[in-house]
Amino acid sequence: MIELAYTVTAWMPGWMQAIAIILMKISLLMMPLLLGVAYLTFAERKIIGYMQVRVGPNRVGPRGWLQPIADSLKLMFKEIVIPSSANRFLFLLSPLLAFAPALAAWAVIPFDDHLVIADINAGLLYVLAITSLGVYGIILAGWASNSKYAFLGAIRSGAQMVSYEIAMGFALVGVIMAAGSLNLGQIVQAQATGLGLFSWFWLPLLPLFVIYFISGVAETNRAPFDVAEGESEIVAGFHVDYSGMAFAVFFLAEYANMILIAALASLLFLGGWLSPFDGLPVLGPLFDWVPGIVWMLAKMSFFLLLFLWLRATFPRYRYDQIMRLGWKVFIPLTLVWIMVTGVLVVGEVGPWFGHGEG
Amino acid sequence: MAEIHNYTINFGPQHPAAHGVLRLILEMDGETVVRADPHVGLLHRATEKLAESKPFNQSIGYMDRLDYVSMMCNEHGYVMAIEKLLGAEVPLRAQYIRVMFDEITRILNHLMWIGTHGLDIGAMTMFLYAFREREDLMDMYEAVSGARMHATYYRVGGVARDLPEVMPRYERSKWHDEDDVKRMNANREGSLLDFIHDFTERFPACVDEYETLLTENRIWRQRTVGIGTVSPERALQLGFTGPMLRGSGVEWDLRKKQPYEVYDRLDFDIPVGVNGDCYDRYLVRIEEMRQANRIIRQCVDWLRDNPGPVMVDDHKIAAPPREAMKAGMEGLIHHFKLFSEGYQVPEGEAYAAVEHPKGEFGIYLLSDGANKPYRLKIRAPGFAHLSAMDEMVRGHMLADVVAVIGTQDIVFGEIDR
Repeated sequence: MIELAYTVTAWMPGWMQAIAIILMKISLLMMPLLLGVAYLTFAERKIIGYMQVRVGPNRVGPRGWLQPIADSLKLMFKEIVIPSSANRFLFLLSPLLAFAPALAAWAVIPFDDHLVIADINAGLLYVLAITSLGVYGIILAGWASNSKYAFLGAIRSGAQMVSYEIAMGFALVGVIMAAGSLNLGQIVQAQATGLGLFSWFWLPLLPLFVIYFISGVAETNRAPFDVAEGESEIVAGFHVDYSGMAFAVFFLAEYANMILIAALASLLFLGGWLSPFDGLPVLGPLFDWVPGIVWMLAKMSFFLLLFLWLRATFPRYRYDQIMRLGWKVFIPLTLVWIMVTGVLVVGEVGPWFGHGEG
Repeated sequence: MAEIHNYTINFGPQHPAAHGVLRLILEMDGETVVRADPHVGLLHRATEKLAESKPFNQSIGYMDRLDYVSMMCNEHGYVMAIEKLLGAEVPLRAQYIRVMFDEITRILNHLMWIGTHGLDIGAMTMFLYAFREREDLMDMYEAVSGARMHATYYRVGGVARDLPEVMPRYERSKWHDEDDVKRMNANREGSLLDFIHDFTERFPACVDEYETLLTENRIWRQRTVGIGTVSPERALQLGFTGPMLRGSGVEWDLRKKQPYEVYDRLDFDIPVGVNGDCYDRYLVRIEEMRQANRIIRQCVDWLRDNPGPVMVDDHKIAAPPREAMKAGMEGLIHHFKLFSEGYQVPEGEAYAAVEHPKGEFGIYLLSDGANKPYRLKIRAPGFAHLSAMDEMVRGHMLADVVAVIGTQDIVFGEIDR
């Protein structure tokens, strides 16, 4: 695949070839990602629909399969209304500020062994840094709209994302300690100790795993932590004044972030592309032929299903209750479990930490 | 140092949680509500004034449109007031039918309430679960009156017609084949009473389903426990009635304290709360649904065994049968007089109140002996509840305002009238 790309672009000068290859890689990632976002919205409506004893969209195309296309077409042709008292520049800039980090973070996400755009050493650090930038888009959107509802939503979401980043960061510290690396590929490799799904980090780091995922839900402003949008309180929160494509970009960012969190959770805690039966008797060889990317996508889908399931089941937290949960429950818990992880790593407790790292 | 001002936000009238056309001016200190100022009148349709301009019977339909999620209970209050002035004796079977439909309406209202209350607090699924059962109740309305919501079924002196012997059924269509239709019609093979009986069998399990989603849910409890607390003394002073009053622990229910129709013959309990917060009111309403189910069941059993007239045999106030109107001169005259001039109600005043799903729904009627009311005053429970809004949300956060609106079970049709 990559050789083919090199032969096709062989006529270019060296620098141009490098750029062309990178662009190819990016588009190879972006196309499926954006398609994934589009069909995640469809899956959400269908799955929540069935959970709520209704059928969901089934009118556009066979069984509703073209619904996301119709939606995006509609949004593209709608007027982008800019409120007269809004700050035009920031108003239009903020969707991009929200969307760009959501896509940029994907650069370091591996889908299989070495199937990654940028295999950098500080991959996890990069993800943390980039995803925290997303909050700027939201805060600016709330401020630039010059509306009280939007501003309230922006303040809420700013506070919420900043607080949960801490719990999330601590959860990641545990993973880094356990794996002894910041590179996502190596973190996954560190989980291949030959016991199938029991050798992954979710078992020794169970509390961190749970906290990471819940913080991820809070990070992406999804139910039950969706106070930033708070449909019934502040109508739509920070994007209440957005319409058409400007709104769609926020929407895309939210769903790209969801997929990102799902990808990270499967990489860090569920062994990424590793087969759950790897190294087990009988089952191991039986599933050997399945390519790693399938496992990766299956694990991501599982987390995405959890996102939707939570949305269909839980009422919404109140703003101060979310803060309490983040600061008074999650942060102390993660701190304690970092200590425990330290002990486990130093004590080389097998099968996870027995191979001489840390 | 900069001066810090509270800011005001305009909550509604076009707001997804405002339950219609509520407009709240909220003075906020950050997320905390300092003052809430509810504005009413955006749905004012002058029902009271309209009633003064037409014969008594023609206003029954307006009553449906007061609290448009508990239609028949409104009619009940109105026809009871007229019957009081006329001194009309309603046949027993009609009384049972009225009680049965009052309780069906209570479930209908509480399902709407639990759906929107859940939706306000973010439990989206609740809404669709509740609407699944509402659909069956609407079908009962439709079977008996032809209309799914605005029934105009209660009449002075009884009810418009007896319960139908057949339940309307689904028919085959482009979307539903033979098997679908058969499955959907499974409980519609018999009479309306069979259908209602089947519903009372199924409904307790449905309530269990709602409770599974909410009652023990930590988030639900965090959002409702201790929110909008009203002490029993204060609840009485504020003029609360219905579940709002019972949630505060005052055991007041017109069905027990001033029994009307056949409530004194039926066996049911009145749930009361302890703390007077949103959660207690939630529990009270959930239990009321179960009790209403019990009452419906008793009515179904009685109605099956006791056929009889459902309207007084006085053609001055009740329309004669169609055949009599077509065949006889007297019937024709009665019919003509009733549907043009109506009937004269003796001079005097009357107040009739029913235990409406939301509280005490009262009609104060003043007659000067004409065929129209001289004055009609509607006592809508929601009005008193809404006036306590400021007191209930003060000091709470913005998200709690929504919870309190939900727990008050506000419907603007009755508040603005």
